[in-house]
Amino acid sequence: MSGDLIIRAISILGGLGFLMAIILVLAHSKLRVETDERLVQVINALPGANCGACGFPGCGAFAEKVVKGEVSPFGCPVANDEMREKIAEILGVESEGKEREIAVLICQGGKENCPRKFKFVGRKDCHTVSRFFSGDKECVYACVGYGSCVAVCPFGAIRMGEDELPIIDEEKCTGCGICVKECPQKVLKLIPKTKLVYLACVSQDKGREVREVCKVGCFACGICIKVCPTNALKMVGNLPEMDFNLCTDCGICVHKCPTKSYVDRAKARPYAMISTACDGCGECVKVCQFNAIEGEPKSRHKVIVDKCIGCGECFKVCPIKAITMVGALGYVYGRPTT
Amino acid sequence: MNPAKIFLAAFLVNNIILLRYIGLCPFFGVSTRFSTSFGMGMAVVFVMMMATFVTFALYHLLLIPLNLLFLRTAVFILVIAALVQFVEMFLKKSFRALYSAMGIYLPLITTNCAILATTFLVIDYRYNLFQAMVFALGTSLGFTFVILIFSALREKLEYAPISPAFRGYAIAFIAAALVSLGFLGFIGLFGLSL
Repeated sequence: MSGDLIIRAISILGGLGFLMAIILVLAHSKLRVETDERLVQVINALPGANCGACGFPGCGAFAEKVVKGEVSPFGCPVANDEMREKIAEILGVESEGKEREIAVLICQGGKENCPRKFKFVGRKDCHTVSRFFSGDKECVYACVGYGSCVAVCPFGAIRMGEDELPIIDEEKCTGCGICVKECPQKVLKLIPKTKLVYLACVSQDKGREVREVCKVGCFACGICIKVCPTNALKMVGNLPEMDFNLCTDCGICVHKCPTKSYVDRAKARPYAMISTACDGCGECVKVCQFNAIEGEPKSRHKVIVDKCIGCGECFKVCPIKAITMVGALGYVYGRPTT
Repeated sequence: MNPAKIFLAAFLVNNIILLRYIGLCPFFGVSTRFSTSFGMGMAVVFVMMMATFVTFALYHLLLIPLNLLFLRTAVFILVIAALVQFVEMFLKKSFRALYSAMGIYLPLITTNCAILATTFLVIDYRYNLFQAMVFALGTSLGFTFVILIFSALREKLEYAPISPAFRGYAIAFIAAALVSLGFLGFIGLFGLSL
């Protein structure tokens, strides 16, 4: 190879490269687009999960809309309070508090409680199975348990349990609501994270129809409505509807329900303890729905710990405040009600 | 060869994806959704036309006179990369809508082998500039056509009862092979051969 050729080759290649570089540098400065610097700040403040719960394809798209002012800066359901504050600060707006929510399964019709009525041969996916006679479970409202929610959760917070019902990890769940939208049987719901008691049944049927198909289905007996101390339950259709503002998570409905259709998320409950200050007036005995207080009139009463469910009704009525709720470390007793 | 035949050959008979098997990465990567496939196709048409034009000019005006034909590969890649960068900046500034439509695909197909293959082929076939542009148009439209068909196929495949081992790319490759077999039927159309 002649030296002349090598020189020519190197100079042409080098020259071209250099020329391109100059053109690109010039172009970069001349054709610069003004991007809002807040855009980068907002993107950094967002959780960065790109889950799409906000309704936009990724955090970048959401940030763009927010900076343009087309969407509320609090539209990200996954951002924690610190992130919301940050975003509000960047945009110069007032920060809004938002109740943290988590997803829960409002059905207990697993393998044990609600059997399958036919064998489905085909793509085992909740959407496809749900289209055949409303699912292959005896109860047409039940969770079919093929895991569409497991697949779609962007945080990996759901896994399929032994009884063919999804189990939601409360730590990982961010309340984004994607699983709720995905479920074809509509058995996933978002509830406030602090809400401990909820009805786990969506059956619109009542009486024998429900009992025939599911061991733990709500058959609209109405007992819970009668025993609720705050009248937070109301029968709507064939299901008790709970007013979250009135419900104090006392747990009475959980224990009184004959089919165990309610779910109590509390890891442990306290129990009542009557101190020596008790004068035996007997007000507590009148309100206790579980006969957990015993004692002669005019003498100190005692709580039967095994029967006490920790609802706190006695605590509320004791005129001399001789009753305290004890036990259950970490349990937040008595959610503040409006 | 007349332009119509060049176009038809590039579009169907010598389809770059199904018969030349060039440019398969974006084909399999992007064809899961119909909407994204369309964006990809548009970006390919755009870049292929531009790249062919510029590299053709560069080859005949610079490399041949200076007897540096062996630098073809390096120079073409260099030029195409720089060109696409420049065009991306230009589009972002002046044609926002077009930029948003093609968006991320523009830099993705910069040095895709389909682009480079086309620029090489127009030289190997000894086309003049007009024929080269027709060839580039035919090839890129052929790419778009096939990626659109395939994305529709893949969207349907998502709901088919496929055994778990084959789901995803495995069945996509098998499907592509079958479609390719189908396209073999175009050989001999108007006397055009592979």
